[in-house]
Amino acid sequence: MTAPAAAGAALDQTIVSLPVQETARVVRDTRPLRLITCGSVDDGKSTLIGRLLWDTKAVKEDQAASLQRDSSGKQNDLGLPDFALLLDGLQAEREQGITIDVAYRYFATDKRSFIVADTPGHEQYTRNMATGASTADLAVLLVDARVGLLEQTRRHATIATLMGIRQFVLAVNKIDLTNYDRARFDQISHEFRELALSLGVRQVTAIPVSALRGENVVYDGRASMPWYDGPTLIEVLELATTRSAQTVGFRLPVQRVSRPGESFRGYQGTVAGGAVKPGDSVVILPSGMVANVTKIVTFDLVRNAAVAGDAITLVLDRQVDVSRGDVIASIDSQPMTGLAFDAQLVALQPEGIQPGKRYWLKSGSRRQRVQVQPVSQLELKSGKWNHADELPMNAIGKVHLAFDEQAIFDTYEQNRTTGAFILIDPDTNNTVAGGMITAKRAALGGIHTEERRVILSLPADLADQLMATELFASRREDVEVRRVSAGKAVGIIDSIDG
Amino acid sequence: MPHTLPETELHNPQSTKPPLDPHLKALENEAIHIFREVAAEFERPVMLYSIGKDSSVLLHLARKAFYPGRVPFPLLHVDTGWKFREMIAFRDEIVRKYDLDLIAHTNPRGAAENITPFTHGSALYTDIMKTEALRQALDAGQYDAAFGGARRDEEASRAKERIYSFRTPDHRWDPRNQRPELWNVYNGMIRKGESVRAFPLSNWTEVDIWRYIQAEEIPIVPLYFAKKRPVVERDGMMILAEDRRLELLPGEVKREEVIRFRTLGCFPLTGAIRSNATTLDDIIAELETATVSERQGRAIDRDQAGSMEKKKREGYF
Repeated sequence: MTAPAAAGAALDQTIVSLPVQETARVVRDTRPLRLITCGSVDDGKSTLIGRLLWDTKAVKEDQAASLQRDSSGKQNDLGLPDFALLLDGLQAEREQGITIDVAYRYFATDKRSFIVADTPGHEQYTRNMATGASTADLAVLLVDARVGLLEQTRRHATIATLMGIRQFVLAVNKIDLTNYDRARFDQISHEFRELALSLGVRQVTAIPVSALRGENVVYDGRASMPWYDGPTLIEVLELATTRSAQTVGFRLPVQRVSRPGESFRGYQGTVAGGAVKPGDSVVILPSGMVANVTKIVTFDLVRNAAVAGDAITLVLDRQVDVSRGDVIASIDSQPMTGLAFDAQLVALQPEGIQPGKRYWLKSGSRRQRVQVQPVSQLELKSGKWNHADELPMNAIGKVHLAFDEQAIFDTYEQNRTTGAFILIDPDTNNTVAGGMITAKRAALGGIHTEERRVILSLPADLADQLMATELFASRREDVEVRRVSAGKAVGIIDSIDG
Repeated sequence: MPHTLPETELHNPQSTKPPLDPHLKALENEAIHIFREVAAEFERPVMLYSIGKDSSVLLHLARKAFYPGRVPFPLLHVDTGWKFREMIAFRDEIVRKYDLDLIAHTNPRGAAENITPFTHGSALYTDIMKTEALRQALDAGQYDAAFGGARRDEEASRAKERIYSFRTPDHRWDPRNQRPELWNVYNGMIRKGESVRAFPLSNWTEVDIWRYIQAEEIPIVPLYFAKKRPVVERDGMMILAEDRRLELLPGEVKREEVIRFRTLGCFPLTGAIRSNATTLDDIIAELETATVSERQGRAIDRDQAGSMEKKKREGYF
């Protein structure tokens, strides 16, 4: 991107705006917390969610009555209704006694409201879990205190991490059935912390819970577990942080252009990162044209700033060509544009992801054609990436994306909105994958021939260490490696320097 | 670090309304995003307008989403002919006040075959006058997207519904085969004849609706507020008795009671509640201590287990 002379002035303005954000009062985050619950049927997941809804009084009497009616005497030993029936809303689910799809539940305390994505636990439902995790700020992982961590726990934690969740709660359920064994709890939570750390997640809270008896869910379980002085589940949820668009730069994917009359032309969309205020210089991508923001219009008032999450209408100071699918971004911190990107994705449909097939890709408001080349598939059991040419349903894979026209992304790590996309099969119109951008790809000897490259000559052991790093591994395809003798290396380097 | 500016700095001192709390603001932003996305992606959107509190919020959000422009699609009211009189008056007033395009459709079969909730039973009546009527109106307008005010917290089958809910050319919903919906990236690709129902209020709860109505000063039908009204007891529900078409059955007595409605539908099928809530504060306070859900007052949901799912599969909202 070539930034014209005006960019310097813009830079100053952006820097000036920063302290405003930093001095913002630290207030409790009262936006709804979105969470996902993971666990298998036997871990008591439905009972836990049922307990949350019940103890926060989200279940009303008539719903409870119809629950009693439906369960026809099928109650647990505490005389409470069968909570699973509360959750499995579809007739097929009630008939088969299984959860087949993501369901969303709502409950609230005095302090905050919560949206729970309740997803099925079976291995074949990785796709449902990924769907639920895509919007979640926090994952509650459930284990049975008598059983401890399962292969499934690792799988769920891995998927949650891949989808960008960085806050975990481990609910060690059925603790009552271990006679509230503290050593057992400590051992399981220690194992889980190690697992979480290996995935790069540091924010872990482990809680001994009896969902059935309602201990340490909404009400504390001190009477049974005097040794536990940590928070209840609901207390952790009340204090958790919501996904903040953790980006440095302003992003506005343009949804539509508003032209109610000759005199007004505004660009409507939801701020996907950063902040904006009148006077800011912005770049329109992919065209690269530059303009200044004159007004931020909303129904209520003309605002003097907008931040990530705000649905706004932006007015610019000059006539520029902006249309749906374009991204308006801060001039000094732009997203990546290019024709080739690396991504991770979850295959959601029985046809899987086929090599070389052309799909529709939708990210933000932008939809374009893409060719997808699978590279490797994650083995959830071990956490290893194995070579793969195609991806079956439920697989998590690394892929190369090749576009006909300029694509605009941030990495998912930097921005969970502008780094995320879905793939749509043009034959069926169905959503076949959810994906996350990991890097812009510079094709070797291909389209990016002008890109600068560096030739290093390193001792083999140092090279091996470098190649073992995550950064290197994530861009392995961009690198050419030749193993040669020290003498030959000297010869090659000398010949280049000429 | 949460990326938030203090609301006070965002707030224009000239405006008299206090800023929305962050919870409602987040829900509002999400709904506006959905409205804009559907309006941009589909050729012929329409908004289902039932005149109730959820529709009132939906309409308010639509006006916000497209401001300073007009709402770029018509409103469709499926009029069974048995709505509360006050609802129709309110509807006409709103349409005039906000300069909206309204299409009111009544299934011609209703008048021709004289179908009433009294003579045909609530199930058949609903099927013909609501579901069938809705399909007729959607077909007539060739709408490829229809906004609805449904919320996931209303009913168990709704909890599983997508924000973009795909419908076959004959308006059917297949709950077992829904498109995955990740992040806020919606798949609006359909073939000719297929359509999408879009639900901007999916993540709102009943309390959110009322708090938002209060915060945004959204006009609603007065029937939501308690007042002394004539009622008659029928099938365990209190029915408003001010329409001449309501014939008292043997043993039924008309009486005056201070009542209000928690939801509004067709008057013979909507039960009132005893309440003294005459203000929004009262209603919210009442809700927070309520022990029954709002759909308890709707006869049509009680016809059978999985009743809503069945109706939805057939094309009901």
